Amino acid sequence: MMATMRCKAVAAAASMQATPPRDPALSGATAAPGRGDRVETAFSTQGVWTSRGLTRRHFINRFCAELFRACASLGLLMLALLLASICRDGMHWLDLQFLSSFPSRFVEKAGIKSALWGSCWLMGLTALFSIPVGVGAAVYLEEFAQPSKLNTFVEINIANLAGVPSIVYGMLGLAIFVRGLGFGRSVLAGAATMSLLILPFIIVASREALRTVPLSIRHAAYALGATPWQTVRGHVLPAALPGILTSIILGLSRAIGETAPLIMIGALTYVAFVPEGPLDAFTALPIQIFNWASRPQAAFHELAAAGIIVLLAALLSMNAVAVFIRYRFARKLKW
Amino acid sequence: MVKPQTVLETRNLTIRYGDSAAVIDVSLRIPAKTVTAIIGPSGCGKSTLLRALNRMNDLVSTVSVQGEALFHGKNLYASDVDPVELRQRIGMVFQKPNPFPKSIAKNISWAPLLNGYRGDVDELVEKSLRQAALWHEVKHKLNDSGLELSGGQQQRLCIARTLAMNPEVILLDEPCSALDPASTSRIEDLLVELAGRYTIVIVTHNMQQAARVSDYTAFLCDGRLVEFGPTDRVFTRPENSETEAYVTGKFG
Ligand SMILES: Nc1ncnc2c1ncn2[C@@H]1O[C@H](COP(=O)(O)OP(=O)(O)O)[C@@H](O)[C@H]1O
Ligand SMILES: [Mg+2]
Repeated sequence: MMATMRCKAVAAAASMQATPPRDPALSGATAAPGRGDRVETAFSTQGVWTSRGLTRRHFINRFCAELFRACASLGLLMLALLLASICRDGMHWLDLQFLSSFPSRFVEKAGIKSALWGSCWLMGLTALFSIPVGVGAAVYLEEFAQPSKLNTFVEINIANLAGVPSIVYGMLGLAIFVRGLGFGRSVLAGAATMSLLILPFIIVASREALRTVPLSIRHAAYALGATPWQTVRGHVLPAALPGILTSIILGLSRAIGETAPLIMIGALTYVAFVPEGPLDAFTALPIQIFNWASRPQAAFHELAAAGIIVLLAALLSMNAVAVFIRYRFARKLKW
Repeated sequence: MVKPQTVLETRNLTIRYGDSAAVIDVSLRIPAKTVTAIIGPSGCGKSTLLRALNRMNDLVSTVSVQGEALFHGKNLYASDVDPVELRQRIGMVFQKPNPFPKSIAKNISWAPLLNGYRGDVDELVEKSLRQAALWHEVKHKLNDSGLELSGGQQQRLCIARTLAMNPEVILLDEPCSALDPASTSRIEDLLVELAGRYTIVIVTHNMQQAARVSDYTAFLCDGRLVEFGPTDRVFTRPENSETEAYVTGKFG
């Protein structure tokens, strides 16, 4: 009657006893075959294990480590050189007058006021469009969507969209927003295009953040009689918020530097006013920089360098905020 | 003695994950205001059976259910049963303590407020914590995060959180398996105390625990219900030889 029992524990216990573990020290000491190329080291008597070529392997290891260190240094060095040369060219143009003047034919009077405000408008509207749509899509895909062929298709394509060249988004924006919907060459059309561009990134990264929230939290909420939305609203979103914020900031910091799609949808290169509404024409920092850099006079190249410094400062501070959020909340939340 | 009223019942319940059955043809009646233990070797379907009773299995997309699970005679899997409403009346405590990453007070008040509790929140928090024998340890730090408590305290917080919903049934899935012996015995005492007011179903792989806290014991092996009856009879005079082997520690 005991034999009818088919529970795994019995079998497991039996198989443990069937093959007593071999002691390598015992079996190895007597059964070491004499092989010519054996290197004698402290552990070299253990059966089939040889220490052949150990010196060589250590050498390769060190070589690779040094090689990769060189690669890393090269990248940093180039970045430092670039920064140094830009600062040398542009730093002396950087003052309040530069920030608060409109572009001009005269180098001394030229500034980035319209580009700065244009970029602010662009970022504001892009955030307004891409945050709700991006986070909403991520929440749907991660928390509500049942596995189905259609959903898998959507998921794969969103991931692929993140790799589409930005000029393609520019063409799309030109066709849909500028012409199709009749937004014209407005900051609204620019922001809509930028939103399309960064949405895939925000969706993918936000889903990643939602996925780090343990399943057990959702189970706890469900078991208390919460609906899926109450669960997401009350626990999952708050816990994933730092990661989602980080992905939004990184997405926006990509948008602030993008040039190609803006050129494509026809952002103007000379704008001597600040946009006052979403349907106004605009220019943006990268466009202004591009414009100055493509002029023949060297003095304008220095202005471009000054513009780049402003753009880099904006970018770096956005990234700093993202790093701060991640660091701050990662320490607070230990599951 | 009056025959106890049946609260939960399964009839020929079979639960599959995809094609493989985890619970096979289980029929059992769980009496009101008692502690029923489900024991058996690991992987035999205890958790699956337990999760069927408040439809937490719904969350696994591959699950299919055959047969019936009844709550007060009403099939839980009928199309007009709302699992959200059901889970307000049948609470659950999990194997690994899973407090919300929120304050102790919010851990308790979140679900009642969501479900339209209009009474005094502080009172509810205190009452629930007292019931879960946690009040004296945390009364000075109700605004601290639930995650800062010890494992045993976290598990009692999870029980308090469940009690705050004033459920009829509490399901516990190996609630002590992640805890030290001292915390375990505190929770066992707590369960015995709560038994008069709630119907409790506890999954455990610990035979001593089943013997200590439960009135009825169900023994599951390979998805089948091998034996079900009053705990003292199952442990002293088991009818089935497999049960005997298991409860005397010969396998499992
Ligand atoms: N989500 C799941 N998907 C597929 N199979 C599962 C899942 N959960 C459990 N199982 C399987 O169902 C069987 C019973 O599991 P479970 O109910 O967790 O057992 P127990 O709680 O008694 O250890 C096991 O063979 C397990 O592998
Ligand atoms: Mg289990």
